[in-house]
Amino acid sequence: MRTNAYQRFLQWKGSDKVSTITTNTTTTSSENSDERNNNGLNLKATELRLGLPGSESPERSDKVGHSLGVLKNLVSGAKRGFSDTIGNGSGKWVFSGVGGSEADLVKSGGGLFSPRGGNGGKPIVGSESNSQQLGLVAPAGNDGVPQSPKPAQEKKPQVSASNGHGIGPASKAQVVGWPPIRSFRKNTMANNPQKNDADADGKLGLGCLYVKVSMDGAPYLRKVDLNTYSSYMELSSALEKMFSCFTIGQCGSHGVPSCNGLSESRLMDLLHGSEYVLTYEDKDGDWMLVGDVPWKMFTDSCRRLRIMKSSEAIGLAPRAMEKCKNRN
Amino acid sequence: MNLKRNKESPESDELNGVSPFPDEVLERVLSLLKSHKDRSSVSLVCKEWYNAERWSRTHVFIGNCYSVSPEIVARRFPNIRSVTLKGKPRFSDFNLVPMNWGADVRSWLDVFATAYPFLEELRLKRMTITDESLESLGRKFPNFKALSLLSCDGFSTDGLGAIATHCKNLTQLDIQENGIDDLGGGWLSCFPENFTSLEILNFANLNSDVNFEALERLVSRCKSLKVLKVNKNIMLDQLQRLLVHAPRLMELGTGSFLPELTACQYAELESAFNNCKNLHTLSGLWDATTLYLPALYPACTSLTFLNLNDAALQSGELAKLLAHCPLLRRLWVLDTVEDRGLEAVGSSCPLLEELRVFPADPFDQDIVHGVTESGFIAVSYGCPKLHYVLYFCRQMTNAAVATIVQNCPDFTHFRLCIMDPGQPDYLTNEPMDEAFGAVVKTCTKLQRLAVSGLLTDLTFEYIGNYAKNLETLSVAFAGSGDWGMQCVLSGCPKLRKLEIRDCPFGNAALLSGLEKYESMRSLWMSACNVTMNGCRLLAREMPRLNVEVMKDEESEDSQADKVYVYRTVAGPRTDAPPFVLTL
Repeated sequence: MRTNAYQRFLQWKGSDKVSTITTNTTTTSSENSDERNNNGLNLKATELRLGLPGSESPERSDKVGHSLGVLKNLVSGAKRGFSDTIGNGSGKWVFSGVGGSEADLVKSGGGLFSPRGGNGGKPIVGSESNSQQLGLVAPAGNDGVPQSPKPAQEKKPQVSASNGHGIGPASKAQVVGWPPIRSFRKNTMANNPQKNDADADGKLGLGCLYVKVSMDGAPYLRKVDLNTYSSYMELSSALEKMFSCFTIGQCGSHGVPSCNGLSESRLMDLLHGSEYVLTYEDKDGDWMLVGDVPWKMFTDSCRRLRIMKSSEAIGLAPRAMEKCKNRN
Repeated sequence: MNLKRNKESPESDELNGVSPFPDEVLERVLSLLKSHKDRSSVSLVCKEWYNAERWSRTHVFIGNCYSVSPEIVARRFPNIRSVTLKGKPRFSDFNLVPMNWGADVRSWLDVFATAYPFLEELRLKRMTITDESLESLGRKFPNFKALSLLSCDGFSTDGLGAIATHCKNLTQLDIQENGIDDLGGGWLSCFPENFTSLEILNFANLNSDVNFEALERLVSRCKSLKVLKVNKNIMLDQLQRLLVHAPRLMELGTGSFLPELTACQYAELESAFNNCKNLHTLSGLWDATTLYLPALYPACTSLTFLNLNDAALQSGELAKLLAHCPLLRRLWVLDTVEDRGLEAVGSSCPLLEELRVFPADPFDQDIVHGVTESGFIAVSYGCPKLHYVLYFCRQMTNAAVATIVQNCPDFTHFRLCIMDPGQPDYLTNEPMDEAFGAVVKTCTKLQRLAVSGLLTDLTFEYIGNYAKNLETLSVAFAGSGDWGMQCVLSGCPKLRKLEIRDCPFGNAALLSGLEKYESMRSLWMSACNVTMNGCRLLAREMPRLNVEVMKDEESEDSQADKVYVYRTVAGPRTDAPPFVLTL
């Protein structure tokens, strides 16, 4: 019976019900454009744009049925008109970025809502809340964030958007308490400190300095706490361990530890050879080669890491290119 | 249980309303009843039965700590040994309830100290408990045996130390996910060296190191230990030593699978797992990869519950592991396993009854992968006994859900979270109404439903028309107007808990449930269109409900931002903080 059921599933999978759009095209950012599966989607039309409401925006193809990019519904032409959402008292969305992108949004005028969180505008303090995960709420009126119109009087009209679909969020910014994951779970997932001598008593010194690490071609991002390392060497070897399984495939066929040596050296070759370079995005949004500045300066300015294919490293500082050539 | 009176009794006493059984016999019979629902029914039969029931009850379950007062409980039930208390509304788990809202167990413990000095068990969910309260548990209740805390806050590891120090007969210490102030692992060393009664120890969600030698000694002298769940600071070689002392474990939460083992250590670990023949629940597995997972395989043959929500496995790793778990009935995973991993679930776990898929990075919008409708469908084809699902995904279609419930019509709990609020069917761009319509039409036993995605009134019409066994409904970012909520309130006869956030439901909807709320445990509405006047009207009409409002700082005077309505026999709260307005 099991076999038959699985065969039925395979039949379903191959049937016309499943469109040619693969399952891997949900959220994207412009940085990952090379990973996007172009299955007849008009990607230009859905390109991420930042801008004030009412600014020029690409026409959206009707085929695109799901959200792409952070500010999808700010693009006019989306199903729910922007003015509908801003005027109906749903200015309750907490508008915050992850890893500093809130600053970008405010700069470009994208911070359009009166940010109100579940606790009346104060930063959400769970017992052990990690601000990066929860998305802090900036008190309304600060940072020059324009406020949405205050909700009308008591008898304000029923909220229904022009197309009868009702309230939806105007953007994919983080909303308080959504998705509904227990805050304690979030904390345990965020705080996965790697054991090292500095943390012998289990406490972290200056707090966590989590940055995302992506690797071209890897299926998902990882996070590392830069405060747990004290040198580029440590960071580099930790990343090698973390990403070795992506470059090598499944490692360890029968639990024999010795295979570690093989995969590590292979990855070292890949990282130090010509295939990959380790880069980081600094506070100004520029992508730099890792290793040029003193470690402390690096941790102060690093916002995220990316293990980039060397072919993509063109456009970094010329020194980066030089390094690549020298390694060949 | 059919408890009708015997109408054919020859005794004439029968006609005078005197029970044919002596009280002692009735009490003895009733003491066999465990289900509190049955006990409630029994207590309604007549006065004698009410009395017999209250004298024979040893466990009381209180689903909302403010629905009744500890004095009332103590007056009615004189012989309680075990108490389960739930406090805050469920949305407090997601930071929607401010700190210091209440649900402090202290007032309960004060009453219990005199009413139930022989209290043995206390299970708390979403309550506040201080270190002082924990210490008083140890000092004032000499028979105290079992403590379980889930989603609680207000205490630190010092409180756990007090429990370990004072509770000589402790059998259970079950500390699940809580807002605990972790001051270090010294609490574990507070168990006296002659203490041997522990059967259940769970500290998996504590972050700091315990003294391993103390733990090892504890495990080795507690011969009845059945459940051991350690935290991620315990390494594999240490785990191996613990397993050697406790081969009869039934539930195991491992520590971390870092760092590396020598070949010899690996062999010892494998052997230790090989000796664990009774394992039916496995969890923990932080940082587990195919490198060391195979050591576990010998212990998986009788596994019925596998909790992988701390192990970010990939699809291949999961597939290999599941091949060794043929009897699996419950599975919790992270969405790092992706659809391919769920296909492996479908093909390896024919007995599966419960599946929960959690997002590994729920707040990260750069993540492209995770699970989709395809994985869910794969599971539904392979696991026809599936009746409980919690599924976080980033895309879904109406057709997929229809297929899923066709394959698995026995759902009792269907909790689907499409993580982008208000997202339509990604293929047709339609609302997700038909998906949930299919669920309620097909799954007649449905007790719990959580909806998501773009939803109109139609979803709620379907729910009201078809979900006749529905007890709990969670709604967020959905609906078109009052009519939706009205449909649910008028159509679902067994509704007990309704929790709503960010929906366009206003006073008309709120007030349409006027008479319904007394048959429900509670109603939560936040960020909806309800006003203060609407709430005042409800409070005025229904004096046996507590109508509580919490306002956000920036809101208009007339807005009722967060509304919590619940039935109570204890009257309005006496411990409400200033930000909770009781109307």
